[in-house]
Amino acid sequence: MNAKLADRIATAIIVAVSGFIVLLLAGLLGYIMVRGLGHFSYDFLTSPPETIRAGGGIGPQLFNSIFLLVLTMLITIPLGLGAGIYMSEYARPGKFTDFIRLLVEVLSSFPSIVVGLFGLLVLVNAFDLGFSLLAGALALTVFNLPLMVRITEQGLKSVPREQKEAGLALGLSKWKTIRSIMLPVAIPVILTGTILAAGRVFGEAAALLFTAGMSSPRLDFTDWNPLSPFSPLNPMRPAETLAVHIWKVNAEGLAPDAAEIAAGASAVLVLTVLLFNLAARWLGRFMYRKFTATK
Amino acid sequence: MAQSTKVQQPKPHIAEEWVGRVYTGICIFILIVAIFSMVYFVASRGLRTFIGDGVNPLELLTGLKWNPGGEPALFGALPFIFGSFSTSILAALIAGPLGFCAAVFMVEIMPGFGRKFLQPVIELLAGIPSVVYGFVGLSVIVPLFRDIFPGQGIGIAAGALVLSVMILPTITTIATDALAALPSGLKEGSYALGATRWQTIYRIVLPTMLPALLTGIVLGIARAFGEALAVQMVIGNAPHIPRSLFESTSTLTSAITQSMGNTVMGSAHNNALWSLALILMLMTFVFVFIVRWLEGRSKI
Repeated sequence: MNAKLADRIATAIIVAVSGFIVLLLAGLLGYIMVRGLGHFSYDFLTSPPETIRAGGGIGPQLFNSIFLLVLTMLITIPLGLGAGIYMSEYARPGKFTDFIRLLVEVLSSFPSIVVGLFGLLVLVNAFDLGFSLLAGALALTVFNLPLMVRITEQGLKSVPREQKEAGLALGLSKWKTIRSIMLPVAIPVILTGTILAAGRVFGEAAALLFTAGMSSPRLDFTDWNPLSPFSPLNPMRPAETLAVHIWKVNAEGLAPDAAEIAAGASAVLVLTVLLFNLAARWLGRFMYRKFTATK
Repeated sequence: MAQSTKVQQPKPHIAEEWVGRVYTGICIFILIVAIFSMVYFVASRGLRTFIGDGVNPLELLTGLKWNPGGEPALFGALPFIFGSFSTSILAALIAGPLGFCAAVFMVEIMPGFGRKFLQPVIELLAGIPSVVYGFVGLSVIVPLFRDIFPGQGIGIAAGALVLSVMILPTITTIATDALAALPSGLKEGSYALGATRWQTIYRIVLPTMLPALLTGIVLGIARAFGEALAVQMVIGNAPHIPRSLFESTSTLTSAITQSMGNTVMGSAHNNALWSLALILMLMTFVFVFIVRWLEGRSKI
């Protein structure tokens, strides 16, 4: 075959494939939105689900998802930040550090269901947390830690070497240099990554099936005492999140409008993830401009 | 006299330094403990099938019949292993070429347009939760297959298709990074010899970035292998090896999700499920090992 013709054909195929991928996302989002947004109403977003009758909502699930996200990030961020700082600043090159790196790599590729099973065995049963928000948050922390470590490392690597050396040359301790000179510079990268990681937490279901549980008790949204069993804020209660609810409705839903509920809940999930993505991009760009004074 | 001030002055610094050391040390320690306890607990449960219940490991790996609750109890997990491997490898076969094309498009053909449109698209595809993929697969792909092909529409084909979209971002991102990291002299040399763009991509770029592309594909397979809910929703969950791509079957993850909640802790059936989890975990080690090996061979 003529080389020029082959080049044209190959280019056409590559362009077509790329166009197909864009169309695929457009179709996916369009399908979810068209099917899901038709089911949207204030009632759907706030009322509790029905098991057998039609007309159930996703109110408690939505609240659980957000609350679990907050709990998880409260635990993940300090831990991941610390471990990331260790890996990037304190770890001395050598066999031990290489070994930790391998461990982090292994942990990041563990299937989320295995993390969930570990949570079931250790957190739910051995620590006797039961199916609870706290167990779910801890399992998700294990699941998200490697990502957080990598993000922190990346952020600290983006700090100019001179800036760190200037801090050390002024006689600041290493920790002070990291805290007051390097971290502020690294914040845009870390924050962007953290928001994307939060999106992952919001959509995760497999790790939560056996840790946060597949049921939600009747919540009393007027009771804000965290110790009361019906309070939405109680971290020791079982909590079904939005993603788990989508799975459950599809797998064993008895309500006649199960498909519509799943579509509506999917639309909420996808919209949230979109929002997280946009927020991460905007915030990253905004902070980069602010810190570097570029236009 | 002067000595005492000398000793006292550095103290706040040293204390501060120790705060940092101790804090980051504790964090990394928790991380290590988490990984080790995970491996230990899953392994100790998973091995009970062989030690406590006396099942031959070979029977688990090669047996065709799965009925751990029945009389006699049968522990053949080969259908699940087959299901996991076939769906994830098929998904990689679909997503691999697509990811390569997308990466070439973004780096070589239209960098401006590619970075502006295709990259956000890929990132969004990566961000969509897996249950949403499962839901779309269940309500679009399965009915479509049911109409076109004989059978119920559920099965390996539907699972592989859903997984291929899920792992496309992984493969594309790694391939794009590898392409962008390629020294430009390599391509320029080829163009200077009069090669067309496709000849350059096919003969120069592809062989050089092959280890990186394979890394992406292996990571994609690893993700597909461990994906639970999306697959569980579209695969049908029948515990046997199917005769066609459109027949109900199971994977390791779907079998675990399906039955873990309905079995009693410590029963033979439950232990067998933990053994499946152990297989999943061991496969993760294998995938990480392959990725490391490929990264070592990378020529870039």
